[in-house]
Amino acid sequence: MTTDVRPLPPTLSTIVRAGAQAAETAPVKIDVRDLNFYYGQKRALDGISMAIHANRVTAFIGPSGCGKSTFLRTLNRMNDIIPGARVEGAVRIDDHDAYGSGVDVVSLRRQVGMVFQKSNPFPKSIFENVAYGLRINNLTRSKAEMAERVEESLRAAAIWDEVKDRLHESALALSGGQQQRLCIARALAIRPDILLMDEPASALDPIATQRIEELVYDLKKAYTIVIVTHNMQQAARVSDYTAFFWLGRLVEYGRTDRIFTAPAEKLTEDYVTGRCG
Amino acid sequence: MAVSLGPNASSAGRRRADLVFQAVALVVLAVALGALAVLVATVWRDGAHRLTWQFLTSFPSRRAESAGIYHAIVGSLYVIVLTAVMALPVGVAAATYLEEYGGRSRLARFIELNIANLAAVPSIIYGLLGLGLFVRTMAMGRSVLAGAATLALLALPVVILSTREALRTVPSSIREGSYALGATKWQTIWYQVLPMAVPGILTGLILALSRAIGETAPLITIGALTYIPFAPDSVWSAFTVLPIQIFNWVSRPQAAFKDNAAAGILVLLALLLTMNAIAIVLRDRYQRKGRP
Repeated sequence: MTTDVRPLPPTLSTIVRAGAQAAETAPVKIDVRDLNFYYGQKRALDGISMAIHANRVTAFIGPSGCGKSTFLRTLNRMNDIIPGARVEGAVRIDDHDAYGSGVDVVSLRRQVGMVFQKSNPFPKSIFENVAYGLRINNLTRSKAEMAERVEESLRAAAIWDEVKDRLHESALALSGGQQQRLCIARALAIRPDILLMDEPASALDPIATQRIEELVYDLKKAYTIVIVTHNMQQAARVSDYTAFFWLGRLVEYGRTDRIFTAPAEKLTEDYVTGRCG
Repeated sequence: MAVSLGPNASSAGRRRADLVFQAVALVVLAVALGALAVLVATVWRDGAHRLTWQFLTSFPSRRAESAGIYHAIVGSLYVIVLTAVMALPVGVAAATYLEEYGGRSRLARFIELNIANLAAVPSIIYGLLGLGLFVRTMAMGRSVLAGAATLALLALPVVILSTREALRTVPSSIREGSYALGATKWQTIWYQVLPMAVPGILTGLILALSRAIGETAPLITIGALTYIPFAPDSVWSAFTVLPIQIFNWVSRPQAAFKDNAAAGILVLLALLLTMNAIAIVLRDRYQRKGRP
């Protein structure tokens, strides 16, 4: 891992800095209190508390196995499908308890979308990949409306121009970067409130990565975005807030520029400057 | 140390072992294929001259030269199609339950163990079960339906086991992708998991049906006739199938009937190969679906 934090690209860094100086006006979207998570007997997350703001990009950084992906997956209850997984504590989304007894997990996941580390398009056509979420949730009333929503989603994910002439070809014929943007389009199609991204660019080349990062920056106008990343430059470039995880604990959480320039914890400083992890 | 590409003591020994193993494998393969070739050649020599249009379209007769196999071909086709229609949905549903819903519960493991055992039960036992359950209790009589139901029982364990295998090969990333879009478990299984498992399911079905089409004992047990002068015209008809007709001819003392039996075997082989070919084409089409 490189030891220095490279200077931010001028446009982005100016915006990030400007945003950071203003007081936070965005409401809290996700409020996590004293969250513990267990895989069987093993405790993977230990007393996590944090407030994630609406229409901001929050990045989770930390070494492999520190629990950042696990934490991300507790936010849309994706961990429910893992046998032996157990959660303690509270996750409140727009002041509703995500783990409450009356919660419909399916409806929760419809509102908290997710993009995975490895792009996972369905072995169907490009169109069908995006239309799937609309179909299963009965979100459109006509074929025309569905086609409209598919186009809108593909445009929002900045992939429309590349695929508009081959919507009915297999999604598996796309390049890695295109597949990942298709997965983002697929997640956007059902209009979630929150978008969780689990290292969405880790398997992509620098150009494709840059496109995803630009996309993240655009999408935060409409969505609350939580992004897990291994890449600290990426966290610095795209996020407003950064949370640093270490061995299942949340070590430090704050505005991205402060985490990278003036961390309060020694461990954070060591990590962001590349002295450990 | 310099790179040396020539032979040396240690590599020569290993190469020899490699060659010996290759030779042994080749001999074993040759024996197996040789036996099959001799078998087919013998049957062909005896039966080829009886493979005429008349043979394929005639009913059994006391005179070997005017006897035919039409009724048995139709009977076999009836039985095998009905068997597939019954075994496929039940087998896939059972496997889906065990794999996706049963999880690691005690009950699911108990059922799984028993299914594996069922796959090894001699087919005549299924015949006895079919006789008691379908022919008598459910009053289906000695019909095509009862025969197919019996063979479906026989085919079920293989269909269930291969479907479970196929379901397991569907990557978890696909399931997660579907769940993350707000799909229910059932939607995920129906729209994503099962379609991806189709090639594996079809392979299992081919194997099971190939076994079923060659079965004689369970059908004789439930009372399929060895001599009928008509082809089945409904699922309630009495019937016979190719292996039973072949068995019938083999047991006759006259040599001419032995030739009929050989020709019958050729017909059965052709039917089997056709079935497998259709299934392979179907499987390939599904494997290509969605692939670039």
